[in-house]
Amino acid sequence: MHPAASVIAFTVLSGMGFGLLAFLGLGLPAPEGWMAFFHWGLGYALAVGGLSASTLHLGNPQRALKAFSQWQTSWLSREAWAAVATLLVFAPMALSDIFGLGLPRLIGQLGAVLAVLTVFTTSMIYAQLKTVPRWNTPITQGLFFSFMLAGGSILSGNGKIALIGCALTAAALLAAFAIGDKAFGKAAQTIGTATGLNRIGAVKVFEQPHTSPNYLMREMIHIVARKHADKLRLIALGFSCVLPFLLLLLPASPALYAVTATIHVIGALTARWLFFAEAEHVVGLYYGQR
Amino acid sequence: MTALPTHTEKKLGLVIDLDTCVGCQACVTACKGWNDQGQGLSDQNPYGADPSGAFLNRVHTYQVQPEEGSAQIIAFPRSCLHCEDAPCVPVCPTGASYKRVEDGIVLVNEDACIGCGLCAWACPYGAREMDQAAGVMKKCTLCVDRIYNENLPEEDREPACVRTCPTSARHFGDFADPDSKVSKLVAERGGYDLMPDLKTKPTNKYLPPRKKDRPQEASLLAPLLDIKATGFAGWLDKVLGKI
Ligand code: SF4
Ligand code: SF4
Ligand code: SF4
Repeated sequence: MHPAASVIAFTVLSGMGFGLLAFLGLGLPAPEGWMAFFHWGLGYALAVGGLSASTLHLGNPQRALKAFSQWQTSWLSREAWAAVATLLVFAPMALSDIFGLGLPRLIGQLGAVLAVLTVFTTSMIYAQLKTVPRWNTPITQGLFFSFMLAGGSILSGNGKIALIGCALTAAALLAAFAIGDKAFGKAAQTIGTATGLNRIGAVKVFEQPHTSPNYLMREMIHIVARKHADKLRLIALGFSCVLPFLLLLLPASPALYAVTATIHVIGALTARWLFFAEAEHVVGLYYGQR
Repeated sequence: MTALPTHTEKKLGLVIDLDTCVGCQACVTACKGWNDQGQGLSDQNPYGADPSGAFLNRVHTYQVQPEEGSAQIIAFPRSCLHCEDAPCVPVCPTGASYKRVEDGIVLVNEDACIGCGLCAWACPYGAREMDQAAGVMKKCTLCVDRIYNENLPEEDREPACVRTCPTSARHFGDFADPDSKVSKLVAERGGYDLMPDLKTKPTNKYLPPRKKDRPQEASLLAPLLDIKATGFAGWLDKVLGKI
């Protein structure tokens, strides 16, 4: 699948943002005054910034409100609802922390549940697709959730939880690589089943239906940069999990968290790039390409 | 609404006969022409070095090697199959994609489409292409603006691709009616579904190429090449053959 920069930025930044908001909602930590303003502001900026980045790849973003209408069937619509609900529920908690209003923590806890739900709906947009076997496994939800946990805990300065988050993310990434590499074969769709010509014999492309790539090929078939996949997997794993894990073992300081967060984001962006670039859509079978 | 109907009154769709299709691309052109003047189907850089555009029907060509005998070339038209359990419909966040209860046609309401592309991701058959100029999703409409169009002469009230096909490799009809031409063709010729394991229940069916009635060992031109020499040449041929 084509790794669109806007979608990669959206899923990584908003995932981290919702993670940070969830920890703040739980009161871990519960800063006051300007510190609260800075923390909540960062969470909102990431979550909202990510969401608006996602509208960049729409053909007609001015109609984006219509995307709220089909929550009964569409995970994308549910994501829109969950994201807005989360941001609204967190708002009084954020104001309470900033201005010392003393509103009950329950609001923040409810927001945290909604934040997790939001990231879950995002992951379901990909995990539901039978057409992309690499995504069509529960590992996809695991990936999105562990990145939310790791990113959110690093940004909120929860060192111990961040260690767990990094370990979980590493496990999810390794599982995603191992299971994902076999997924297309397991789905058992071939150029033969795609055309039904397997009932006659071995099928291969004789001539393509058009001379230059179309929307389908640009969007669903991405071969070019996969040759560096092994190196990029190491970078993803090292930067998003291993290095942050080691840094978090050092004596904590705000500067250390800033460095750790930056390194983690680079790793997370690389991992998400691979998530798209390595995913193969069955439509590629018609073109003899994956 | 992007909930799929549990039942449709008719099941309109196409039968594509891979035995008679010669891959002439006439259906590609007719489809593009009809829909370009109807709903609009933009091209980008059509006469330049890197032409591209939205099409609702594409014709592939495959080489199939049976266990025995020589390989076969099979032309393979590919357009929306108007699936009964269409995965492209429920993923749509706006309600732009829907399946009609009356005839099972899967359509996009362009005024509601935000161009998110998720439906194209969900379709296994590559039947949806984004119109890069309009920013909305395009797909085969089963020529819904022809088949019910009373302004057209009766013989033209069928899809443009069906109407134009010079070898009648495309047939249009109602699969819910067991006595329809398309239902009979499917029953007689063993019409099949594409990627049935994905459980999309396509309405469109493909008819497999018929079995060859004789083994195709040599070139079809072989009888013409095997010219018996006569007269002096014949005598020379015989003599030289004996040496
Ligand atoms: S062929 Fe693709 S676009 Fe057409 S109904 Fe089936 S899934 Fe939807
Ligand atoms: S591209 Fe349009 S029709 Fe397709 S899912 Fe998005 S809004 Fe619906
Ligand atoms: S039925 Fe109409 S829209 Fe569909 S492939 Fe044929 S000509 Fe194109």
